[in-house]
Amino acid sequence: MSSSLASRSSSPRSSAPLHLAVALDGAGWHPAAWREAVARPRDLFTAGYWADLVAEAERGLLDFVTIEDSLGFQSSHLLEPDGRTDQVRGRLDAVLIAARVAPLTRNIGLVPTVVATHTEPFHISKAIATLDYVSAGRAGLRVQVTRRPNEAAHFGRRTFPRFDLGELHSPPVRELTADLLDEAADYVEVVRRLWDSWEDDAEIRDVATGRFIDRDKLHYIDFEGKHFSVKGPSITPRPPQGQPLVSALAHEEATGAPFRLVARSTDVGYVTPQDIGQARAVVAAVRAEQDAAGRAEEPLHLFGDLVVFLDDTPAAAEGRRDRLDALAGNAYTSDARIFTGTPAQLADLLLELREAGLSGFRLRPAVLGHDLPAITRGLVPELQRRGSFRNSYETDTLRGLLGLARPTNRYAATA
Amino acid sequence: MSKPLKQIHLAAHFPGVNNTTVWSAPEAGSHIEFSSFAHFARTAERAKFDFLFLAEGLRLREQGGRIYDLDVVGRPDTFTVLTALAAVTEHLGLTGTINSTFNEPYEVARQFASLDHLSGGRAAWNVVTSWDAFTGQNFRRGGFLPQEERYTRAKEFLATAHELFDSWRGDEVIADQETGAFLRDAKAGAFVHQGDQFDISGQFNVPRSPQGRPVIFQAGASDEGREFAASSADAIFSRYSKLEEGQAFYQDVKGRLARYGRRHDQLLILPAATFVLGDTDAEARELAHEVRSQQVSGATALKYLEHVWNRDLSAYDPDGPLPDVDPVPGENTIALGRASVRQFRDPLAVAKEWRERAEAKNLSIRELVIETTTRQSFIGSPATVAETINEFVQADASDGFILVPHITPGGLDVFADTVVPLLQERGVFRTEYEGTTLRDHLGLDHPDAEAPAGRASS
Repeated sequence: MSSSLASRSSSPRSSAPLHLAVALDGAGWHPAAWREAVARPRDLFTAGYWADLVAEAERGLLDFVTIEDSLGFQSSHLLEPDGRTDQVRGRLDAVLIAARVAPLTRNIGLVPTVVATHTEPFHISKAIATLDYVSAGRAGLRVQVTRRPNEAAHFGRRTFPRFDLGELHSPPVRELTADLLDEAADYVEVVRRLWDSWEDDAEIRDVATGRFIDRDKLHYIDFEGKHFSVKGPSITPRPPQGQPLVSALAHEEATGAPFRLVARSTDVGYVTPQDIGQARAVVAAVRAEQDAAGRAEEPLHLFGDLVVFLDDTPAAAEGRRDRLDALAGNAYTSDARIFTGTPAQLADLLLELREAGLSGFRLRPAVLGHDLPAITRGLVPELQRRGSFRNSYETDTLRGLLGLARPTNRYAATA
Repeated sequence: MSKPLKQIHLAAHFPGVNNTTVWSAPEAGSHIEFSSFAHFARTAERAKFDFLFLAEGLRLREQGGRIYDLDVVGRPDTFTVLTALAAVTEHLGLTGTINSTFNEPYEVARQFASLDHLSGGRAAWNVVTSWDAFTGQNFRRGGFLPQEERYTRAKEFLATAHELFDSWRGDEVIADQETGAFLRDAKAGAFVHQGDQFDISGQFNVPRSPQGRPVIFQAGASDEGREFAASSADAIFSRYSKLEEGQAFYQDVKGRLARYGRRHDQLLILPAATFVLGDTDAEARELAHEVRSQQVSGATALKYLEHVWNRDLSAYDPDGPLPDVDPVPGENTIALGRASVRQFRDPLAVAKEWRERAEAKNLSIRELVIETTTRQSFIGSPATVAETINEFVQADASDGFILVPHITPGGLDVFADTVVPLLQERGVFRTEYEGTTLRDHLGLDHPDAEAPAGRASS
């Protein structure tokens, strides 16, 4: 069951360059971000806004961007709408934002959020496979679940109980969460099988026999699970990367269910440690789940998630955070650690946290218009000076950037 | 000149999963790589077409218990390709078929509203229903809707989607950085829909898109389909037919609009059409014959016959006479996932008619299938084809055409380069886009959220 960290192919050596992703959401992660002069709140629902953000991230040679999504309004409340009109509300479909941006970029990975709870794995499998085609091998997804009753009511197929924040750790809520995460694991399993349901050389165009495909190289996936069953094969041929990147965010929880989803199903897991001690514990917990799932030898990146306020001086960053908090009416809190300081200080922190076994970081810019350029033009050069970040894109697929091989097809006959 | 010339609407259907597409031709390219879609879309936009059209399939077709392998197999996701195409075009409308049986209104409305935002107002939705439990095996909800209920669901699905689109008036996002008001109204997007098919409520989370709602297409020529289109659609994607039949269909459907308080120009009739062009009419006819023989191989002809006979005919010689056995009556179990199977409601009568025709004309299986299935709408020199299309439109047999080339992705190029300029010279087709949205190209009104016209009731 045990395996040393050093033996893992994805474990970072202290000299290995870091991987960096940035999480795109509205005008930024601080709820008052849209009030900043650099924000473009009237452009949030335009293609140009998203194209500019991803172009900036690509100029910074980042591995990928994630794009947040949800099937209901954003809310300051964990479980229900808050009825506020002073913050960004409303968003476009994340997969389609990624598709719109794909032809305009060349190297950066595109990882939209996908909600497993209310959508169809068959539709999402072909959508992400197609994103992989339109981006020539740069697609991924971030799988997410929702237990919000109001979002369930948008679909009308299932209902979830309302509960208070105080009940968050009660057995019924834990059971619901674990069930949704297990459903998400099934969802990812279906998506992955569908990606493999065509062998790479299934299209033969054999004029002599009149056959367009060799149908022996197409496979029914025959998935039967608790919440759904899917026959297959996909309507879309196997995508360029074979398996686009699968990722998920996992918080520590007594049931272990979030870590289990990351360990069983993903290529990249985002975790939220507050310090290096927690980072070590989280990495150990996920690796233990990985061993338990029989995936010990498979590469699995663990990225630390951090909200960042970056300025030339620590005081400036603090001052900006205070100003935004005042605009929002309350101090910003997050599930992830909130970093406030200079790019050099952030570089110090990332390199320290890396020692815990994190191979990269997903940074959540507090204000996209300000903190994204601070990452690409401040943090990235700082990490480059320290030999800890790439100086140019070494490959043009997302798996390639992350050092992940193109997987063999599970259905291909082994000779 | 009593009447001004009608302006022709033209669209292009990306060739795909059907035996129209000649994949074996040396010039045939990928049907899946984005470069093919980008080439096709750029050609359509260069020719000032109204829109590009993408069909959809949700399960691979099967015949005799095995995946059908003689036509193009496989296609990308409709929404994802259309949205990516918005990045490589500026004006072209982006129309996709999306099924109402294996989707949910909230999600589809989000996707179309997102596509409309991300394309600057160029989205259109061809609303279809799925026909069998076979497709349902790929989805959570499975396949259990009886035929009549599928239609009920489609109507309520579209009505519900309209309620979601209309849940934003369009002035809610104020994003005033000074006052700190992002939304004018906390209830933006609020909706409640209670119906037989959908009982949903909440808040739609995509603000009103440039077109308000996507342009709505409806396919299908049944009486119920015509009524649905007259009440709720902006355009009908019909089948090409002879001039008089086209005129009759046109008159019938347009005649139904008044009872929904709609004008003649609020519903466009756009048949699908194929074309074969040559330097001369004779050369085009020769080329058309060649294309037909590529579209219908001996194996394809036998497989097609199995749709009617509902039994394995692989032992028959495609160059020989029609089978002497009778079709197997009842539900077609040999061909699954094909819409065309439904058109043979009385296989015994079809078989009898085909036998008589084959005997009278001394046709082999393959010759008969070529004669009965291939519909090459426009064959001739560019001048002939331009003239025919124009006659068809001026005579009110259609408002234009959705062209389906038989070569991927370059099959539209020759049409764009030769026929379009002739239509432009005649003054019946635009030389520049006059507006930016698909509604502008089609001459359709922008929907008014407060007084929606012609909505299907739920």
